[in-house]
Amino acid sequence: MASDATIAHAAPVIAPRATPPTTLQKMARRRSTIAFLLTLPLLAVIGGLVAWPAAYAIYLSTLNRRMTAFIGLENYAILLENDTFRMVIWQSCFFAITAVILKALIGFWLAHMLHHIPSKGQRVWRGMLLVPWVIPPALSTLGWWWMFEPSYSSINWLLAIFSVPPVPWLGEMWWARISVIIVNVWYGAPFFMIMYLAALKSVPDQLYEAADIDGATGWQRLRYVTLPMMRNIISITVLFSLIVTFANYDIVRVLTNGGPRDLTHVFASYAFQVGVLSGNIPRGAAVSLFMFPLLAVIAFFVLRGINERTKEIGA
Amino acid sequence: MSATAAPRAGHGLFHKAGSLRAERRWALWSAYVSLVIAAIVMLAPPFYMLITALKTSAEIADLNGNPWIVRDPTLENFAAILGNEMFRGFFWNSILVTLLVVVVTMLISIPAAFALSRMRFWGSQWLATGVFLTYLVPDTLLFIPLYQIVGGLGLLNSIWGLVLVYPTLTVPFCTWIMIGYFASIPKELDEAALIDGAGWLQMLWRIFIPVALPGIIAATIFAFTVSWAAFVYPTAFITRPDEMPLTIGVVSQLIRGDTFAWGQLMAGALLAALPPVVVYAFLMDYYVAGLTAGATKG
Repeated sequence: MASDATIAHAAPVIAPRATPPTTLQKMARRRSTIAFLLTLPLLAVIGGLVAWPAAYAIYLSTLNRRMTAFIGLENYAILLENDTFRMVIWQSCFFAITAVILKALIGFWLAHMLHHIPSKGQRVWRGMLLVPWVIPPALSTLGWWWMFEPSYSSINWLLAIFSVPPVPWLGEMWWARISVIIVNVWYGAPFFMIMYLAALKSVPDQLYEAADIDGATGWQRLRYVTLPMMRNIISITVLFSLIVTFANYDIVRVLTNGGPRDLTHVFASYAFQVGVLSGNIPRGAAVSLFMFPLLAVIAFFVLRGINERTKEIGA
Repeated sequence: MSATAAPRAGHGLFHKAGSLRAERRWALWSAYVSLVIAAIVMLAPPFYMLITALKTSAEIADLNGNPWIVRDPTLENFAAILGNEMFRGFFWNSILVTLLVVVVTMLISIPAAFALSRMRFWGSQWLATGVFLTYLVPDTLLFIPLYQIVGGLGLLNSIWGLVLVYPTLTVPFCTWIMIGYFASIPKELDEAALIDGAGWLQMLWRIFIPVALPGIIAATIFAFTVSWAAFVYPTAFITRPDEMPLTIGVVSQLIRGDTFAWGQLMAGALLAALPPVVVYAFLMDYYVAGLTAGATKG
């Protein structure tokens, strides 16, 4: 709209001197055609590879195992009665919520510590701390898997120095769950750190100076200046990470593959097991679609946060 | 914090200044201590992978002594994995798929972002929001229907199937951050170009792409790292070792039987992780800009 106005306004002034007005008019008319052609490949990707498969997944989930008959919501009903699947729902939520809270806290702490040191050294530390985020998670999880390996565990060796008995990392239910969370936190905390550091740097110094003049303590500066200024970024990052963590697949697949006794499955790994490995495509589609309502709610809040943020920056 | 602050308020100016300095020093020390601990924890797994890759099989199997140090380092694991024809095949597949996906992603997102940020047309606002929403749809929600669709096209067990579906991972985010970068270019530049009689495509090519080059580099790095690290789609679509990219190849094919060749496995994983780490080491600022752009540019 804004560009329309400026072009229309500019045209009569410029026209007699430089370009004949017809060119500009023709251009304005051709504009929407060109815009459509430029966005066509994007529309093809969004429509053909995201929207269509999502709709197709809903259709698939209403079929029977051989995909020959329509059975309505029976796949969902069977899943909800299945004890393993109920455990999957519980474990997915527990995993995602615990991991995101830990990532947010550790990321916030590290961002603060980075912000405190002289800016000359920040680059080096930031560079080192971001390494876990850079390595493809499927590969770094292999390293963790080897560190958790029962007889050779290098972590248990370290613990033994402090005379802690060996921990059965991937062998027992709770330790396996904790291991998956540890790896996810290790991988994701640097992302939070980077986001929070960027947000911290965008808080104007004058606000802190004003707070200092008013005699604010460190805690008060954090509570009344830093947190309100970062509120938006914090919520966007947390919600975004909640989606990614909730839908995580690589770490569980490599580290435990759902074991011991299917007790560490999350939605994604269980959908894979049911849909691809056991060949029950419709039920696998139903499993992954259980993620959808939660993701939709989170996406709504992310979008709202982004819009607010855009307004804040604009204002 | 509040305990130290309370008495401070009652004292004179001199004490206040002294304790402030002490507080600063304490804050600096605690910052460095936390950062050192964090760096050790963050770097321990890759470090241990490297240590393991440098050990002989006998030394790995030896349970006596510190596993975190290597007594007689050897490169034989790296030599063995590089001599493995299957591993070289994984590498080649990863390179091919990633390059194609990066090129396709850029060809789709740059023109689309230009149109969405500058050529307002009917529905462009909705489409921009739609782009962001597709970015939030995880691959684990789509892999089962895509498995059917890719299978229907006869592209299961082929890297072309991966080239087809990876844009779902890269295009939405790249378009989104490019919209942000393009929107930050001053309108005066467009007007100047229009006055000089440039068409829209010339404007994109001559002005927007050169001016937004940092953003394009950030988006390219993002597309590269995401395609290189993609795991769900290749795991679902590829079961033939000669068509596998690195991630699934290393995880599924190098782990065989009960006695793992840990040294080779770790050497393979490290080599597979090398390209994104090298890109990151040389282009860290662009990498970080791309990471934070999603939420801060908007």
